[in-house]
Amino acid sequence: MAALDILTYPDERLKTTCDAVDQFDAALREFIEHLQETCSGGPGAVGIAAPQVGDLRRICIVDATRAKRPVDNHGPLVLINPEITAWDGFAVGREGCLSVPDYTGKVIRAERIELKAQDPFGKSLRFTMHGFEARIAQHEVDHLDGILFLDRLVSRHADLQLRKK
Amino acid sequence: MSENMQEKWLILTLVGADQPGIVANLTRILFGAGAELGEAAMLRLGNQFAIMLMVRAAGSPETVMGLLESVRAQFDLKLHIDETDAALHEKREPDVLVTVHGADRAGIVADVAGALVEAGFNILDLRSDVGGSTTSPIYIMQIEGEARQGLDKIEQAVSSLNQQGLSVRAVPLDTVRG
Repeated sequence: MAALDILTYPDERLKTTCDAVDQFDAALREFIEHLQETCSGGPGAVGIAAPQVGDLRRICIVDATRAKRPVDNHGPLVLINPEITAWDGFAVGREGCLSVPDYTGKVIRAERIELKAQDPFGKSLRFTMHGFEARIAQHEVDHLDGILFLDRLVSRHADLQLRKK
Repeated sequence: MSENMQEKWLILTLVGADQPGIVANLTRILFGAGAELGEAAMLRLGNQFAIMLMVRAAGSPETVMGLLESVRAQFDLKLHIDETDAALHEKREPDVLVTVHGADRAGIVADVAGALVEAGFNILDLRSDVGGSTTSPIYIMQIEGEARQGLDKIEQAVSSLNQQGLSVRAVPLDTVRG
């Protein structure tokens, strides 16, 4: 396994809508291993999406187990063709991005989401996520649609919702 | 590295009665002189507009002072320039937000800042306002910073402040980086 090079803004590939995965083969799973290695090596990273390494397919990793403070989570997730099917509530939170070094900003996200996806073998997955994990998933799915957190910044003085204990 | 890149950053501080055109005129002159702009904070305080701005490659402090004389005079601004060792890409990430509100009285900032620094808190960003009415003013403050001795210490300080008639809360800031 080897960590992949991370594209940084304003690389146009980060603004591209990605294609659905239709081949669930060994090559896909090998790429996912590289993507996981890249995420693990990213400073403070809790997720990564394939377009951040120049692969324009709908693949991302969501890993709330890597949060600085413990949060509710479903473990390290590999999500293929993820789709958010329901949103509820909203919260302001701070986000950064491996593709936008040295900057963090405030973004409004849904507080709870329902998400469906496939695993690396094509099996269907469904999750109900909230809080920090839901925020990661929304950030990563945005990448697959060519949207960066920079596109969703709100006032830097926007209040942050009290984190659920 | 070009000669310009080796030049030190200046920090410009400008304050004057708020009116349209201060930022546009200031930055047009700096751009025309080939200056590079770095980080900046600009906001209205009371009826004044305050600017703090990193500038490089426009010459010495004396040169920049002369360059900005026309805009200073046009908008009746107070202008101060410091040469610094400041650099870009040295941001620090806050991990706690402290919010404070209560009936306005003398000493709120000193009380809160004093308790927080004792708890190992380093302020990175502070914004405060006086709201309510002139007869019953309220003070509202948001502080983002680093809890260098951990959140527990901050929460102890917050608890103590809450017993002094202020409404204070500390919220952990968890950054999603993906």
